[in-house]
Amino acid sequence: MSALRDAAAAVGVGETTYSKESGRTELSLACEAIKKAAEDAGVAIEDIDGLVRYDMDHVDEAALTSHLGLKNLRWMSQVGYGGTGGNAVVVHAAAAIAAGAAETVVCYRALNERSGVRYGQGATWMKDEVGGAEAFQMPWGMLTPAHLFGQFARRHMIEDGTTSRQFGAVAVALRRHASLNPRAMMRTPITIEDHQASRLIADPLRLFDCCIESDGACAVVLTAADRARSLRHAPAWIMGVSQGSGSRTSGIVFRDDLAVAESTYTAAEVYRSAEVGPEEIDAAMIYDHFTPFVIFSLEAYGFCEPGEGGSFVEDGRIEVDDVLPVNTHGGNHSEAYIHGLPHVIEAFRQLRGTSTAQVESAELILSCSSVAQLSAAVILRKD
Amino acid sequence: MLEGMPRPLPNLDTQPFWDGCQEERLLLPRCSACGEGRWPPGPMCPACQSQDVDWIESSGRGRVYSWIVANHPVHPVLTGQVPYVVAMIELEHNIRLVGNVMGCAPDEVEADLPVEVIFERLEDGRQLPNFRRVETAE
Ligand SMILES: [Zn+2]
Repeated sequence: MSALRDAAAAVGVGETTYSKESGRTELSLACEAIKKAAEDAGVAIEDIDGLVRYDMDHVDEAALTSHLGLKNLRWMSQVGYGGTGGNAVVVHAAAAIAAGAAETVVCYRALNERSGVRYGQGATWMKDEVGGAEAFQMPWGMLTPAHLFGQFARRHMIEDGTTSRQFGAVAVALRRHASLNPRAMMRTPITIEDHQASRLIADPLRLFDCCIESDGACAVVLTAADRARSLRHAPAWIMGVSQGSGSRTSGIVFRDDLAVAESTYTAAEVYRSAEVGPEEIDAAMIYDHFTPFVIFSLEAYGFCEPGEGGSFVEDGRIEVDDVLPVNTHGGNHSEAYIHGLPHVIEAFRQLRGTSTAQVESAELILSCSSVAQLSAAVILRKD
Repeated sequence: MLEGMPRPLPNLDTQPFWDGCQEERLLLPRCSACGEGRWPPGPMCPACQSQDVDWIESSGRGRVYSWIVANHPVHPVLTGQVPYVVAMIELEHNIRLVGNVMGCAPDEVEADLPVEVIFERLEDGRQLPNFRRVETAE
């Protein structure tokens, strides 16, 4: 059995308001989210002895520990690759707890991504000169995530006959879930026709294929098994974890096969470590920076055959009352873009029975991220 | 080439590629030990871990593997330049270069469209490879 299996549990979550303009510093947002998560868990700030951050996070670690009043940190780490982090922070926290390097670890993400640095804007990524893989991309106008990830979407269409209307079915499902969620920034339901009428951003990607941009912060507290059982809420057990990659992820688009998700590798390991299979998963929280990547992930994580993700998402099959509910909070697409960490929070909420799109008798939830680069996944289990 | 884009910054692993462009030769890195193509250029062969490399002149003929049409100008400098195509061009030895597809409208680009390399000059005199449609491929 994996040493990580059930060694740690998620015990509390915290979120700020999600908005287009927070009017606050990212440090302030991070402090609020972490304080709320600790309160939710019923642990004191000084009991937190581990901290995991995204390497893209702008919040200064020293400032955060100072202002929060963290006094007893004995383990810190950070994870890269953007949206991969949503689950990789949890993987790192669980590993630290399993190893005894820390007992109670907080993972957080804070960003003013709409009022501050916008990932969809060329200016965010543009420089006079670019090295590494970017030297072979940006001079030809491959600037933003849509320009990179659109290449995968196109290749899936070429090889598997996937259609823009199928991307639209993902958008419709995510928006429906957000319409039930008062925290969500985009709550007006849409139809596939609305999706088809939205303007092209990076053809084949339309506006309604892209995640939103938002300001806010969220945090998750994890703790060791014995401690978790003594807290006031039922824990959500971290049953399986994985983080890793296949080959040739440099520059994202230089992979061998753009129609197959990188996370095929991560999927095998998360199921192996949890000792369960996709048929046992009750709902999936899938990193949705662009709608086609829900389709890629459904294939990679074994919910359908490779190439069949497009037809799988049709007819409401990924909606809350159907075959496999996906992103019951609305995801990056419609709730808020806090870089995938709210996906873990929604998994936790489903197991606690407090989702605004609650899945009947949810026992096992998969949260997985980023299918084009190094990726990560977590399986959480109800107590 | 699009105007106002970032310029490539060569390093010791990639310099022969950029030097080739100045001579209008498309030089691609291939493992001296096993023949595997490497892209982007790098210091080791992922197939056999050899650090020896040969720079082989490509025919410059390839096919469109995937592409997007950049419809939305993501930067003010692109306002008058959209829509433009950003494609992945499949060449020899399992190497795919990023390029724009010239010589046809964005909606004429399709999978496996045959293209050939051209070299385009930046304002500072540096040359970069790009691709244009050809009617028939070999
Ligand atoms: Zn080799």
